[in-house]
Amino acid sequence: MSILLMVSRAGAGSVICASYGETDLSTQAEHSSTNRRDFLFVATGAVGAVGAAAVVWPLINQLNPDASTLALASIQYDVGPIAEGQSVTIMWRGLPVFVRHRTPKEIEEAQAVPMSDLKDPETDEARTKPGHEQWLIMIANCTHLGCIPVGESGDFDGWFCPCHGSHYDSAGRIRRGPAPKNLVVPPYEFLSDTLVQIG
Amino acid sequence: MSEHSTYVPGNAVEKWLDDRLPVVRFAKEHLMDFPTPKNLNYWWTFGAILVMCLGVQIVTGIILAMHYTPNVAMAFDSVEHIRRDVNGGRIIQATHAVGASMFFIALYIHMFRGLFYGSYKAPREILWILGVVIFLLTTATAFMGYILPWGQMSFWGATVISNIFTAIPLVGENIKQLVLGGFAVGNPTLNRFFSLHYLLPFIIAAVVALHIWALHVPGNNNPVGVEVKDSRDTVPFHPYYTMKDLYGMVLFMIPFAWFVFFAPDILGHPDNYVMANAQVTPAHIVPEWYLLPFYTILRAIDFNILFIDSKLGGVIAMGGAMLMLLIVPWLDTSKVRSGVFRPMFKWFFALFAINFVGLMYLGAQPAEGIYTVMAKVCTAYYFIYFLVILPVLSRIETPKPLPTSISESVLGKNAHA
Repeated sequence: MSILLMVSRAGAGSVICASYGETDLSTQAEHSSTNRRDFLFVATGAVGAVGAAAVVWPLINQLNPDASTLALASIQYDVGPIAEGQSVTIMWRGLPVFVRHRTPKEIEEAQAVPMSDLKDPETDEARTKPGHEQWLIMIANCTHLGCIPVGESGDFDGWFCPCHGSHYDSAGRIRRGPAPKNLVVPPYEFLSDTLVQIG
Repeated sequence: MSEHSTYVPGNAVEKWLDDRLPVVRFAKEHLMDFPTPKNLNYWWTFGAILVMCLGVQIVTGIILAMHYTPNVAMAFDSVEHIRRDVNGGRIIQATHAVGASMFFIALYIHMFRGLFYGSYKAPREILWILGVVIFLLTTATAFMGYILPWGQMSFWGATVISNIFTAIPLVGENIKQLVLGGFAVGNPTLNRFFSLHYLLPFIIAAVVALHIWALHVPGNNNPVGVEVKDSRDTVPFHPYYTMKDLYGMVLFMIPFAWFVFFAPDILGHPDNYVMANAQVTPAHIVPEWYLLPFYTILRAIDFNILFIDSKLGGVIAMGGAMLMLLIVPWLDTSKVRSGVFRPMFKWFFALFAINFVGLMYLGAQPAEGIYTVMAKVCTAYYFIYFLVILPVLSRIETPKPLPTSISESVLGKNAHA
């Protein structure tokens, strides 16, 4: 773009050169036409740059999640059939989601942990819904590099990620290993006592 | 380089063509008459071997694309279809898969050759940098290619690597979604990786052309690292090096063919013969062998450094380990190119090569116990070699006396023998 403009500038200059002669050109150009020509040069370049960006953006934006992917952003799931101590893995937005029916022992353990022991401090209450403390719903990808941790294992009675050795407790909070964050709790709500809407 | 040309158009047609598009003259100057140091050893044949590897991958890849289906429901089966039903597909698919490994063997040998003989030093910095660019592009191409069979390792390798983006503060998650085209690896990811996997080899071919152009301006480095002084130091590329390169290619094709015909899956991972499943992670995710050294560096940083958490730290270390190669010409300021004449460098280089193999071994081991300690030690040496040893050696080392010319070094050797 700019090379083209510079070529056309040089071309225009040489035309003036032919009709007015070389010595006249330098004084005339400096005093009268330099500013206007520079303005045109910059203005054309700016419009060209905006135009180029406007063309490039859709070419990049097409890479973003499409409408059919986004349409899966909300699902409903009945947790009723899940027995105490049982976990299921369901899919939401292409991501696996753990739904665990926790035992009273696990809830008690999770609530008893002092905040100072946690790498990413978060209370058990903040990770569950009031009145539904037995249900732990969270995205099943380890926050390190996305593997799926193994349930009911690890040193903290929760999950253990076999890929790089992260241990999560019975509230899905990171306790030891390379993962930086607790397992992510997706946005969800209880529509009835057992029907959950995720997303 | 026209001064090297002895081309005289042989007849009226050649003369007519030469005045309009001098392709014959160009080929004669650069592929036949090009003056090449007469002391190049077999380590120098890997450039031509790499051109062959790229050619093999492009030809077999175009054929595979005629039978492959980039869709999550069909990709895995279509690769099996190629291996079982397509005429000769068993061999063509194996050649492409094994070819990727052979490509990287040749690529690493070629790079270590350059590192030992100081081929990156002035006036060949651009030549070296273009080579590093080719390495990075090849790595990206191989990574995307590994996704296409849509096995368990394909899927989880892509998941782990794309999660690397989430280490970037603030915009990491958005970048990951932009790259994957969804919230996780899925059909949009497979489609775009297939498209890019088809595109990138041609970009690589273009950079290879620049790489050879940059080679033909200063000419080849050589095992003694002394510049060419006159015509007694060189021989024409053809037939001397066309034949030597061809011989190297034939030798290289022997293990290549052995893998293709007798052990096509030995370099792969059994988990990749299980179709991708977003709900089950393989117990032990390992990338392809050629990415293992950098994977080890990624995992070695499992501690926070100041305000940088371990995850971002690992990503920075892995990226840094690759990008480090770009600045090697300015880290090693020793005037002597060839490691042969550098008594101290020689040993640190040997240790660096062993260390690199060590990093590769550790990448395939679980991240626990003694392995994590060794991974940290090897990662540390990788960086210390470039950032401390090379600059310091350049100052303190006394090199051995250099031969005055390539010709003298060759003749001297013969006199002793």
